Amino acid sequence: MTDTPRNQHQEGELVTGQEEPAVRVVDVMMDFAGGVRALEDVSFALPKGELTSIIGPSGCGKTTTLKIIAGLIQPTSGEVLVDGSPVQGPGPDRAMVFQDFALMPWATVLRNAAFGLELRGVPRKEREATAREYIAKMNLTGFEDSYPHQLSGGMRQRVGLARALAVDADILLMDEPFASVDEQIRRKFQEDLLELLSGEYKTVVFVTHSIEEAVYVSDLVVIMSRGPGRVSNVVRPGIDREGGSDRIRRSPEYLDWVERIWVELRDYLEK
Amino acid sequence: MTFRGYKIPIAFSVLVWCLVWEVVGRLGLISLIPPFTEVLGAMPEVMGSASFAEAATITFQAYGIGMALSLTIGIGVGILMGRVRAIGELMGMWVNIFESSPLTAVVPALIALLGFGLSTMIVTVFVFSVWVIALDTQVGVERVSPSLVEMGRSFGASKRDLYLKILFFAALPELLAGIRLGLIRGLKGVIIGQLLIAVVGMGYLFELYSRSFLMADFWALLIVVFAFAFLASEAVAYFERKVSYYATAR
Repeated sequence: MTDTPRNQHQEGELVTGQEEPAVRVVDVMMDFAGGVRALEDVSFALPKGELTSIIGPSGCGKTTTLKIIAGLIQPTSGEVLVDGSPVQGPGPDRAMVFQDFALMPWATVLRNAAFGLELRGVPRKEREATAREYIAKMNLTGFEDSYPHQLSGGMRQRVGLARALAVDADILLMDEPFASVDEQIRRKFQEDLLELLSGEYKTVVFVTHSIEEAVYVSDLVVIMSRGPGRVSNVVRPGIDREGGSDRIRRSPEYLDWVERIWVELRDYLEK
Repeated sequence: MTFRGYKIPIAFSVLVWCLVWEVVGRLGLISLIPPFTEVLGAMPEVMGSASFAEAATITFQAYGIGMALSLTIGIGVGILMGRVRAIGELMGMWVNIFESSPLTAVVPALIALLGFGLSTMIVTVFVFSVWVIALDTQVGVERVSPSLVEMGRSFGASKRDLYLKILFFAALPELLAGIRLGLIRGLKGVIIGQLLIAVVGMGYLFELYSRSFLMADFWALLIVVFAFAFLASEAVAYFERKVSYYATAR
């Protein structure tokens, strides 16, 4: 650890240019039934159009944080602002990708991919056309009429991703999207995801427990510690992505950041 | 079933038992059991009789109305028990008690209360079948993966969509098992009810045949009722098999 990170922020005071962040998490506190404090004073901001990872040991409340941003859980206190207005519940500005894919086993790939639009009342023809487009982007053409149980884990998650992209929300919330996928496929996925997102101006929140994954895919990394869950640091690896994934994974810059985050997480684990 | 490496079709087992029945009947060992062929011979006569048509009509009427009631109420209550914790706790114990209690005992009380007519039979069908439907629905709803519900909510599903497009289908494997068991219990209910009432429907015919010692007719009628129960349960089982692939994949 030679130099300090360029943009190291605490308590979410993050400024990227003049722009208002897409999501601002403000002093979120979360107590579960039975008095267990899951989150304490969690604050950070997600810059527009960037990919932010939330990383931390299991039990640090990273998934809970994501669900609070999604509006699926109400925090005990504090609030989440999306484009400046407080989150009351789920909204069309946010779409979610689930760790266990959350596909409907009784529905075809096409219907699953179009389901977000179906729930929004988009007419069948229109929503299926959109879904087909994203199915093609996910390299799933030909599987439109297959059922989830006929697909591999990797393919299922691509259906989940197609569903989330098809609703064209500005904010994409991904809860350990590659955790249930083989390690070999995982790397390919990370690359695919970056390529896919490069064409769209999306704000992405990415929960992961893999440091390599966090550094590789994200612009910004929110590091959380547990007992209760807090934000321990927010860092901006800012890896130069030019030159392909092989170059990135071998670059000293990348390896440095992986090490740096590991050291920080290790400190918390030892406490 | 396999025998010395050969796969033997189920029909073969049926055939063997029919043969055993025939032999026992022909030997005349037990007066209650006439030869199987004689039972088969009595079947057209039994099914063709006016009393059978009358009994079948009233039985189907009671069965149909009773089952419609218990499906509607059983599934509704089961969903509530699975989704709302307080209701699950409030009702759970009672539904379990009634599900496992010998309900035949309440039929005489129903007769005293509702008389010898259709309403007693309908209520009998209902009390025999509703509990298992409610319980299986509850289990089905409780087993729905929480992330599937979160998925629905996060994509903006209305309450109605959540129930009709997600929960209902996700609970379908257990729900169908409940319906299948409910259909069979309901049928038991209608026959037991009629037997205790003793003056209507199939129960009256069973009573009549056994009292008059028309054993061939008695067995013929029993086979008809068995066949109906088997077909009803197989029809639901067909749909059950269709959805079984996702019972594990939810």
